Amino acid sequence: MSSITPTHDLHPQRRDDLQLTVDKRQGGFRLEASLTLPASGVTALFGPSGSGKTSLLRLIAGLDRPDSGSIRLGHETLTDTRRRRFVPPHRRRLGVVFQEARLFPHYRVRGNLAYGMRGTARARLDDIVELLGIGHLLERFPATLSGGEARRVAIGRALLSEPRLLLMDEPLTGLDGARKQELLDYIARLARDIDIPIVYVSHETDELIAIADHLVLLEQGRVLAHGPLDDLLTRFELTDQLGGFDAASLITATVDGHEPHYALTRLRLPDGQPLTIPIVDAAPGSRLRVRIPVREVALALDEPGATSYRNRLHATVEEIGPPQPGRAAVELRLRLGEQVLRARLTRKSLDEMGLTTGTSVVALVRSVSFDTRRG
Amino acid sequence: MAALMLSEAEWQAILISLRVAGVAVGWILVPGVALAWLMARREFRGKALLDGVLHLPLVLPPVVVGYLLLLSLGRQGWLGQWLDQWFGVTLPFTWQGAAVAGGVMAFPLLVRAVRLSLEAVDVKLEAAASTLGAGRWRVFFTITLPLAFPGLLTGGVLAFARALSEFGATITFAANIPGETRTLPLALYTLIQTPGAEAAAARLCVLSIVIAMLSLLASEWLARHARRRLSERDG
Repeated sequence: MSSITPTHDLHPQRRDDLQLTVDKRQGGFRLEASLTLPASGVTALFGPSGSGKTSLLRLIAGLDRPDSGSIRLGHETLTDTRRRRFVPPHRRRLGVVFQEARLFPHYRVRGNLAYGMRGTARARLDDIVELLGIGHLLERFPATLSGGEARRVAIGRALLSEPRLLLMDEPLTGLDGARKQELLDYIARLARDIDIPIVYVSHETDELIAIADHLVLLEQGRVLAHGPLDDLLTRFELTDQLGGFDAASLITATVDGHEPHYALTRLRLPDGQPLTIPIVDAAPGSRLRVRIPVREVALALDEPGATSYRNRLHATVEEIGPPQPGRAAVELRLRLGEQVLRARLTRKSLDEMGLTTGTSVVALVRSVSFDTRRG
Repeated sequence: MAALMLSEAEWQAILISLRVAGVAVGWILVPGVALAWLMARREFRGKALLDGVLHLPLVLPPVVVGYLLLLSLGRQGWLGQWLDQWFGVTLPFTWQGAAVAGGVMAFPLLVRAVRLSLEAVDVKLEAAASTLGAGRWRVFFTITLPLAFPGLLTGGVLAFARALSEFGATITFAANIPGETRTLPLALYTLIQTPGAEAAAARLCVLSIVIAMLSLLASEWLARHARRRLSERDG
């Protein structure tokens, strides 16, 4: 986990990275992007509606053509307007999971799954059906499925076409809270178990933090920033885009033990400090990613007496964000061994406590919520 | 059921009518669906003009269509000459010619119905199929056509009925030859022209109504069947 804040992806260029430089106008909207997306893990295309996420995904899938530019997957050119090259979608071998599932109404679930199935994927049908929990749906017609079931079938259908890249366009839209979490868990498991890079379009910070490794932040058709998620989450200037009030830090820790009678789990940070969280089902020794919302972190100069804050982490102030006119709060980045923890306090507190870069502080963490992924 | 007591001439007229209408629908099916797809899915220059030309047989007097067919497909016509020379095919004054006339008259009805049902097929499903590796033809035959099938059925039945009742273009292009091109409407017309054949004309009249009713019922049954199959799927 790197700690500096790079503007570019630190990962070395891999053979099958997706490189794109595109320019496309649609009515009054213009999408202009130049990016390299890594060939592994989950890359989130993130931004408010109308920022160009879906347009970008459609260009990658070949469902639209850019006015100018090129898209390359590894050494293969998918689109190149200058060389007049355009590989049609059915020859790209990119799986797409659309917002509305788009199952074929006249085929049963089994027929939908088999539609794009390659001969070599036949052996994996059972595994994928089990992974997505759709075994009992195989003989049903799509119209009889619930929203969550239909999305899962759509994901399975895309996977069975053995794509080189899986593109997902806000696959959780329109699902209620519980279904959403359930499907998010399936997708997270997928990302972990199946070695296919995923490009995930979303405008929800929660989804993003739960499953993304890399992030492309889009705004009004332009790339605002891109890089590893953990790095972007520590950047002050992106706070507004990445959750605003709900901004959070991601911390990796190891499970130390459980206290079942208090329903708590003890974690240990890489630098040895303890962290207690609501109980999770994870064996001691396993690594977890936890999410610490910025607003749940308070700061003290010394170890306070009895407080209800269970977690007290010793840290150093690494950087203080620029004061923003009209705002009482200011953001701080704290160094926690190899990791970074963000906090927010009023400018008044900052001055009263005399905090500057290098000051040792105790970060009091009230609540910690989980990332669905294991670290 | 000789009890139906149809005369040989009446049977002949029925069989010719069914054969002419069946062949008429048969030959326009593929070009009709292709044109309907073009109109539903593609934008091109001259589309409005083509649309107008497609609808001409609906609005032109059938006799005009028959005359135009005679001019182009007749032995001296530019297309007819070529057909005669290369394939030895002569269309005017044959039952095949009647099928051509019926098909031309029925064409707009088929295209219209199919086009409407193609337009109702969600292009998003077609896009999804293409991302799953299906080329244009596979998308058409596995997604577009099955989903547009009820419309194709309706269009086919409409076209069949239209070809069955065709009169003006047929008599102009294929004439009224007993045993060859004398379909039910032509036979009825002949009887009306014949003094003292009122009873026979009335029989043909009833017969026409019966056949029309039967084909309507058949199409209704088919449509309901198709709809039930789809709605079963819709849960």
